[in-house]
Amino acid sequence: MADDLYPIAVEVNGVARRSQVLPRVSLVDWLREELRLTGTHVGCEHGICGACSILLDGEPVRSCLMYAVQADGHRVTTVEGLANPDGSLSVLQDSFCEAHGLQCGYCTPGMLIAAQGLLDTTPQPTEEQIREAIGGNLCRCTGYQQIVDAIQLAADRLAAPGKS
Amino acid sequence: MKAAPFSYVRAGSVAEACEWLRRDGPDAKLIAGGQSLVPMMAMRLTRPRRLIDINEIAALKFVAIEAAAARTGACTRQCVVERDDALAMRAPLLRQALAWVGHTQTRNRGTVGGSLVHADPAAELPLVAQVLGATLVLRSGRRARRVPAVEFFTGPLMTSARPEECLEEIRWPVWPESRTGSAFTEVSRRHGDFALVAAAAQVALDEEGRCVRASFGIGGGGSAPRAFPRIAKRLVGTRLEEQPVKDAAREAAGEMDFFGDLHAAADYRKHLAAVLAERALRAARAQARAIAVEG
Repeated sequence: MADDLYPIAVEVNGVARRSQVLPRVSLVDWLREELRLTGTHVGCEHGICGACSILLDGEPVRSCLMYAVQADGHRVTTVEGLANPDGSLSVLQDSFCEAHGLQCGYCTPGMLIAAQGLLDTTPQPTEEQIREAIGGNLCRCTGYQQIVDAIQLAADRLAAPGKS
Repeated sequence: MKAAPFSYVRAGSVAEACEWLRRDGPDAKLIAGGQSLVPMMAMRLTRPRRLIDINEIAALKFVAIEAAAARTGACTRQCVVERDDALAMRAPLLRQALAWVGHTQTRNRGTVGGSLVHADPAAELPLVAQVLGATLVLRSGRRARRVPAVEFFTGPLMTSARPEECLEEIRWPVWPESRTGSAFTEVSRRHGDFALVAAAAQVALDEEGRCVRASFGIGGGGSAPRAFPRIAKRLVGTRLEEQPVKDAAREAAGEMDFFGDLHAAADYRKHLAAVLAERALRAARAQARAIAVEG
């Protein structure tokens, strides 16, 4: 019943994870509190701010709007999974540093995930496409311009490796 | 902001989901994309005792194009419908409306069927269902029934679906006229928010530019979105000139039962409805006129 635990198997950042969860536990709470993957942030907890964005089977979704039990059998990528295997920053992450795409950093994991989802399907996005892709992510510091610049920079760098 | 405790079951088929609904009665709730239900549960506006998850039912996820209708499964994600070019050719209003629905992250998870069943008066997809005259196929056990959109939406967050029924598919009529144009427009406080007022229109023209068929509707801020077939019928035979379009939009806005809230007064909504309905009709006409006459 409501206090029963449900077994789940989820691939998180390439690693198979097994767990027992209460149905009411959101995916973001499970990632943060049980797996200690605290890169994914909890903002509004009702699907407005986008801070908790993750990739579910490769597509950006809000992890506060899913229960962990629903991720059973699926593939999750969190912001921790964006870095290179050696732990160094990915081109996208480095571009956020380079273009000052963050200030307090609270929205950054969600922004990175939204941007990654965009670049995976649209390697050369227009400014309008970038703004649309991060339209569901709130940032109260930057005014968004540097975030847009950072994503554009990442796209340029990925298109011409070795330059800039 | 955590949901109250509930138990969970993942349905493997529609029959299984219906069986759980029958067993648990109104204490149970189906969950599809969850983009409205999960926030409502987090805010404790609703607290089902059991969630019946229909996300893993493959039979509920499809897009099928037939001669007279495009069919979508109840659990087809909004992003899938949005990206489907064949569907956009035949029922373009869906893609036009989806551009206003939430954000990438919510459309990746949210479903078309879920949005209809949730029946938020300010949601875009119920308005499209009204304007196109969609049919909803509801199943309970072995029995399925077809409900036209006009009978489905009964009020804010209220539909004529029975507690033991599961939405199975939606049939979106495809207009046969080659010169068919459509448009969706709305005003909301921020892009991606629910509409303060939304309007949608679809019109078909003959080779001389005369309207042979028209449908339009208004949503947002009333008790449910609605279409205006009686008023639209009077546009047939006109060339959708400025005056008949303006008159139709104004009359339709006058029939809406808008209420005011802290975002917009009822009078402002009514004014907006007339403006947006007119814009939608004009944009639909412009799109239809841009289609060259065949032969």
